[in-house]
Amino acid sequence: MKERLIQLEVMRYNPDTDTAAHFQRYEVSCPEEGVVLDALNKIKETIDPTLNYRWSCHMAVCGSCGMMINGEPKLSCHAFLREYAGVIRVEPLAHFPIERDLVTAPDDFIEKLKRVKPYLIPKEPKPISAGEYLQTPAQLKRYHQYTLCINCMLCYAACPEYGLTPKFIGPAAIALAHRYNQDSRDGGRDERQEIIASAEGVWECTFVGACSEVCPAHVDPASALQQVKIASSIDWFKEHLLPGGGK
Amino acid sequence: MSKPLIREVPPTSWYFRHPRYLRYMAREVTSLFVGAYCVLLVVGLQSLAAGQSSYEAFLLALQSPASIIFHLLALAAALYHAATWFNATQKAMPIQIGEEFVPGNLISGAHYVAWAVLSSVILFLAGVF
Repeated sequence: MKERLIQLEVMRYNPDTDTAAHFQRYEVSCPEEGVVLDALNKIKETIDPTLNYRWSCHMAVCGSCGMMINGEPKLSCHAFLREYAGVIRVEPLAHFPIERDLVTAPDDFIEKLKRVKPYLIPKEPKPISAGEYLQTPAQLKRYHQYTLCINCMLCYAACPEYGLTPKFIGPAAIALAHRYNQDSRDGGRDERQEIIASAEGVWECTFVGACSEVCPAHVDPASALQQVKIASSIDWFKEHLLPGGGK
Repeated sequence: MSKPLIREVPPTSWYFRHPRYLRYMAREVTSLFVGAYCVLLVVGLQSLAAGQSSYEAFLLALQSPASIIFHLLALAAALYHAATWFNATQKAMPIQIGEEFVPGNLISGAHYVAWAVLSSVILFLAGVF
């Protein structure tokens, strides 16, 4: 395999000794076919074992290795070296607190994800003996793309609204709430609406659309959020204009 | 106890960080022209209500070079504004028929067609053709 000398400028931050982050330059030889994560691994193995970052699967499935690569939120295992010329600038995911080097704290996202109840809430309790829930291919297709979310948080790093207003529930959590709202087996929409139709929910979104552009799983969170806005507006009109609140 | 590093987003310059944010801001800024044109129409109505001489002065002011430049800018801004939103309709209003989703460009295209038809009706009523 042909090797190429790669130059990386990596953001470093040691919470025990640093008050600000700084960049450190590394030069490492990597196969042309490699990805940025390979270059980081080689740096850690051969040059600087103190470099910290998260990764696991190396195949764009686990969602652990999200970073800003030349200012763009990317999975580092999915950022091919052949697509970069010159020095590659690697920073931790934007909009999240930096714990150390390229490692960010995902706590805010995890807490928001829990709040939107991203799991099936059946319309009514059904004993196992009553059999499985049946679903047609059309009913599955209605929400299928949103099931592909890998919780990598690239959409949060791309979303300027989340950066400016951290209380915003954000793209992935709302898209996952929408995924369950769209599921024919689910009856939990009212519970989720309290969170996602609030001021901190979809109404913080101004439809920049960056979330969908950076999603490595080709989910379209921007679409989910606009659909939730329309559905929530229809709810409001039903509640205020129809006799009996449209129930 | 070690402390995580919080990086603040610069509230007035973040959109220079990436071309996609500049495109977004361009879309948002065009709404100022749309808003300004609405104000101009209200001023026109006001001058119409104030009498013939007032309305003629308004029409004369519309022919000034500054007014013509504003109209060209407002037209370009309104076209860009409309196009960005029509293109976005396919995300906001996906339509599923049977198993398949209707192709997005059909949804956006229907908006362009409705726009052309309504514009033609308005121009016809205004006596342009």
